[in-house]
Amino acid sequence: MKNIITKGITKVYNPDTIPVVALDGVDLEIEQGEFTAIVGPSGSGKTTLLNIIGGLDKPSHGSVTISGTEITKMRDNKLIEFRKEHIGFVFQAYNLIPVLTAEENVEFVMLLQNRPSAERDQRTTELLEAVGLGDKRNTRPAQLSGGQQQRVAVARALAPKPDFILADEPTANLDSKSTENLLDIMARLNHEEGITFVFSTHDQRVIDRAHRVITLVDGKIATDELQNPEK
Amino acid sequence: MTTIFKLAWRNVWRNRRRTFITMASIFFAVLLSAFMVAFQKGAWDRMIDNVVGYYFGYAQVHQEGYWKEQSIDKAFAIPAELQSTPQDIHHIRIVPRIESFALASHENYTTGVLVVGTDPVAEDSLTKLSTRVISGRYLLPGEEGALIAEGIAQNMKLGVNDTLVLISQGYHGVNAAGKYPIVGIVNFPSPDLNKRMVYLPLEVAQYFFGAENLVTTVALNLENKDAVPPAVKALRKALPSGEYEVMDWKQLMPDLMKAREADAAGAYLMLFVLYVIIAFGIYGTILMMTKEREYEFGVLISIGMKRLKLGATIWIEIILLGILGSIAGILGAIPLVYYFNTHPLDLSQMSEEATGIYEKWGFDPIFPTAFEPGVFWVQALVVFLITAVLAFYPLLKIIRLKPVEAMRA
Repeated sequence: MKNIITKGITKVYNPDTIPVVALDGVDLEIEQGEFTAIVGPSGSGKTTLLNIIGGLDKPSHGSVTISGTEITKMRDNKLIEFRKEHIGFVFQAYNLIPVLTAEENVEFVMLLQNRPSAERDQRTTELLEAVGLGDKRNTRPAQLSGGQQQRVAVARALAPKPDFILADEPTANLDSKSTENLLDIMARLNHEEGITFVFSTHDQRVIDRAHRVITLVDGKIATDELQNPEK
Repeated sequence: MTTIFKLAWRNVWRNRRRTFITMASIFFAVLLSAFMVAFQKGAWDRMIDNVVGYYFGYAQVHQEGYWKEQSIDKAFAIPAELQSTPQDIHHIRIVPRIESFALASHENYTTGVLVVGTDPVAEDSLTKLSTRVISGRYLLPGEEGALIAEGIAQNMKLGVNDTLVLISQGYHGVNAAGKYPIVGIVNFPSPDLNKRMVYLPLEVAQYFFGAENLVTTVALNLENKDAVPPAVKALRKALPSGEYEVMDWKQLMPDLMKAREADAAGAYLMLFVLYVIIAFGIYGTILMMTKEREYEFGVLISIGMKRLKLGATIWIEIILLGILGSIAGILGAIPLVYYFNTHPLDLSQMSEEATGIYEKWGFDPIFPTAFEPGVFWVQALVVFLITAVLAFYPLLKIIRLKPVEAMRA
């Protein structure tokens, strides 16, 4: 079963000086196919939770299990390998590789996975078409708009066929039109291909499109609600 | 691997200004160090060629023990091995000499001189003595005549066609006396040679010293310094052991070698200081690049790029810069070194005082650079290796990098 289970996740920054509790005993279960938004005010622990779920950061206490594998005790190299195979990331600042074209950015993780050339080509073409950038495959990030860059970032995150896509404030730098466009693409991929999306956001437009909204306050889950998305 | 190279190569050209700054550091490093080494080596090669060319030759053969105690009594007949072997094996031409000190006299003047009996043709091919004639003409084989150095001529108020009287102790104590018309006057840049050299044809000097068919020294005329070790080795093997000493120019001029070593030590120290400055320059740009791209490194690790692979990409990126900078440095150094090789620095046109000092030591004050492949590639290699070692810094940084902290920065 492809799911994310967190048990008693606690994260304390500066434990030896001035301790700051970012997460305080977060228990959570996210099932495959969910379109979940983690919301909350600044400093509530959204990004920290996403980083810990994605294996980018270690919790002070507690465990994270992804698709049956506990990742919190994994060694660094294993964790990188695990992320490459199971988790896709979409960042607020797009974070594409500037010297690679859109096509090469999407293909990059598959190259790291040593996928065959034909498979890479086919998948890259499919994904760029899916995010509406089939005509921009040879364009470098600097020549793309913010919205287009974020769509390439989504295609890149999807390329290795991960179990989950973790998106940290994916719309924070986008205008309304680009935000709608991006959300349409992600909702379609979720609906049609069953891809799981977990967002950290405080963008109401994203919250309105989510099926499940988890609200964090002071590092604790305040509410966890299912909702019917607007579209 | 192709991806790593592609990524590295594109990253090289991503920030052109930074690339050109780094390449410029490497370029100037190779250029300066190559020029410095070429200048130092060229100057010493020239000095050695001067000394070898003035008189000594690259190697000499004597009777065993002659060099320690230079006596006419250690004269010897040229052995058959020395007459045939060198030419057959190593294209060596021999310059037989008989040398000893004598008292030279003219009218009321007397001075001590070194009488060198030599084969005028062979001598000229080794030391180009005929080109030093400033008055009169060069010696002819077998003629009863003397060629004297300019200093002697000045001190003794001698001119061409004047007669020089020589008195000495000859072979095994015989009286040596003779008078010789001066056929020519030669000039040496070395004041030491200028005040004591008197040349006679070999047969005439042998008769003067009462040592017919004997020589004290056989100087070897070799094409260049590289031909010395095999020639010396072959001669030592060919000549009867214990009877002769075969000495190369390093053994003949130990003081010169010591001076060269001392100068080389100073030059290496300078070079080391230059390398340190260069290393800090290159390190500065690598440090700047690493700092600027920490965020990107964090992202790449996050999306699944292994740290070692990422480190290798950055290492290759810097290595590519090192290769480009080193090649540019070589290409820049070649014309510079070549120019100073063909247009040597001539101190005589700058300072009379400096000229005097060098001439006193027996060197002409001309300093060409050594235009040899080793000068360029060794320096390029050293600078490249410095770059390659410094390129490990980003790798160490990447190994310790925490993606979250890097992306937060």
